Amino acid sequence: MRPIRALLAGTAAAGLLLLTACTTDAPTEELPAAETSAAEEAPAESGAESEWFVQADYDKELAQRDIEPEGPADEPWLQAIEPEWVDTADLASDGGDKTLCFSNASVSNPWRVTGWITMQQQVEVLQEEGVIGEFRVSDAADDDNKQISDIQAFVEAGDCDAIIISPSTTATLTPAVEAACESGTPVIVFDRGVNSDCMATFIHPIGGYAYGAVGAEFLVDNLEPGSTVLALRILPGVDVLEHRWAAADKVFSESDIDVVGVEFTGGDGAKIKDLVTQYLQRGEVDGIWMDAGDGAVAAVEAFEDAGQPYPVFVGEDEMSFLRKWDETGMTAIGNVYSNFQWRTPVLAAQKIWAGEEVPSEWVLPQEPVDDTDLAEYLDANADMPSLHYAKFGGEDLPGYPEAWTDR
Amino acid sequence: MTLTADTSPGTARGTARRWRERLLSGGSWTVLALLVVVLAVIVVINPSFAEPVSLMAFAKKAAPLVVLAVGQYFVIVSGEFDLSVGSLVGAQVVIAARLIDGEEALTWPVLGLMLAFGLLVGLVNGLVTTLLRVPSFIATLGMMLVLFGAIRLWTGGAPTGALSEGFRVLGRKGFPDVPGQFQVPYALLVALVVVGLAVLVMRRPFGRSLVAAGDNDVAATYSGASVWWLRTRAFLLSSFLATVAAVLIGGYAGVTAQVGQGLEFMAITAVVLGGVALGGGRGTVVAAMVGALALEALFTLFNQLALPSTIRPAVQGVIIIVAVAYAARRRRT
Repeated sequence: MRPIRALLAGTAAAGLLLLTACTTDAPTEELPAAETSAAEEAPAESGAESEWFVQADYDKELAQRDIEPEGPADEPWLQAIEPEWVDTADLASDGGDKTLCFSNASVSNPWRVTGWITMQQQVEVLQEEGVIGEFRVSDAADDDNKQISDIQAFVEAGDCDAIIISPSTTATLTPAVEAACESGTPVIVFDRGVNSDCMATFIHPIGGYAYGAVGAEFLVDNLEPGSTVLALRILPGVDVLEHRWAAADKVFSESDIDVVGVEFTGGDGAKIKDLVTQYLQRGEVDGIWMDAGDGAVAAVEAFEDAGQPYPVFVGEDEMSFLRKWDETGMTAIGNVYSNFQWRTPVLAAQKIWAGEEVPSEWVLPQEPVDDTDLAEYLDANADMPSLHYAKFGGEDLPGYPEAWTDR
Repeated sequence: MTLTADTSPGTARGTARRWRERLLSGGSWTVLALLVVVLAVIVVINPSFAEPVSLMAFAKKAAPLVVLAVGQYFVIVSGEFDLSVGSLVGAQVVIAARLIDGEEALTWPVLGLMLAFGLLVGLVNGLVTTLLRVPSFIATLGMMLVLFGAIRLWTGGAPTGALSEGFRVLGRKGFPDVPGQFQVPYALLVALVVVGLAVLVMRRPFGRSLVAAGDNDVAATYSGASVWWLRTRAFLLSSFLATVAAVLIGGYAGVTAQVGQGLEFMAITAVVLGGVALGGGRGTVVAAMVGALALEALFTLFNQLALPSTIRPAVQGVIIIVAVAYAARRRRT
């Protein structure tokens, strides 16, 4: 009897662990029409085969990289690429001491933690100016259901003067965001999107296709034809990450680069190091492409420990990687998914209250760190912790640097 | 169902038959057969795996799970579970990174602090289970959540800081220290020492009483054993070894937000794969070690086969269920 009971308990434990581990839903319904048409046009044998690949979006994002954004160059978080300004006069309201409500998907990775600090610092500035009275926050801890009820609670409370939403997933959160729009409160969505255009503004950097293509193009430009590249991805099924790989896959498929493997790592350093070590046992790896920088240093160390020359490396603007890059002098690029976007929604709320125009889709610039400005970013962030992001854009806020160094 | 060699004399043919019977009979020997088969398949697919450098890289990777499996063995054989080890590994690495923050001089003091913290967690697990009579499944599940939440609270969601080079030597380096050449990883030595000591401990009165408590705690009590203190010590050992594993894992790959996730499940799987009965009272520590190696070998095989990552958990689950069911055959008869 006893082992049976214990086995039951073990099964329950495993189920519970699985339940707590993965609650992400994969948004598959995004832009179904565009997807099918793009898939038909796409040439065979390329990244366009991916069900996530939308040729029109790919072309748009790649073009956006070369467009000069409007707005002040020293405040990239206020810049916008090809903005379509919309009038928000009907959402304007008088007076100060507004209540700003923020439904956050989570702070479960260092990128989000860094951005969250920046956002709080920006809110403090506006609180001192008397624009914002209360800043009400709920953190959904990556749980779609929790975020839906968080948003509902804001709507039902009825005293939010603006609701900022950073959605956890695309399809599942769409109805909740639409309900918030219907309440008449200005809604600002940033980072990941939803399948609706009801919000006052949707703020995001250029996007995943541009991110993925930048790294892949860097490898193609810096490696000899016939070189081998290992692609390390965090997890499948999340649109922002799928777009990155779909774009990279397309670039690789149109080049002479040999992709020896595409592996999912969960961003776990130990797994990354083990995977790279095994690939190095089987043969040479000349380049590493990553869809996010988490654990990049572990991949570099795998080459060191195997006594192999450094690969050409596509990482992110995370400080640990930038420092490793500088120490080793390897050929690398620090991809950027602009962290400073966390400031923009707060400033957008201020603009909307004042009745100023905002772009309906606020596309922020997204420029990688390359060897020309690496030293500059290392210098500017010398005191920052290793899991900080170089392009966090908070240098001019009053809490700088303590708010980011003492986290 | 022990790994103790049969000492009775016999002919070569008799010996061969006995080995065949053992390997096919289920129990601890089955997992050894599984390990050999998996390693053989890997070598067939990728002959370079058999090179000493590659084998040592495998040993370095597998060492932390071996250490964790030994710790889990103590708890499981005494009739309990420890679900908190994964969270504890994560917590220890995050604590170390934040407190050391790259400062070489702080390595030893922080190691001492980690040791104290690990033992404290083990003591709480043990006392809550034995004295408060909360089932260990719930007590350690609670501890897992408490540690996970407390670390999130303390770090604001994601780890900060960095480990010192000194801290990372055990998990990353080896002897002789020439990258790319053959070296014996320190992690392998640590794992061997842990397994060796565990084998000795299990032969001492403590070990025998622990198995007895797992088999039948009422009988063990009547025979004069202090069951609550035996089990508490098992939890202390588990948390201590989780701390050792944290030093190895942190050393191996540095600090990431995901470190430690799911390790409790892997450690329990390794122990069960080794033929140790859930519910206690049966199985050897060496078999738990072989179970950990077999599990790591399985992961390596999946990589070599380039199995799509989406199907890996399913294949892994089937193999584990089949192996454990096969090993349990004899028990039912």
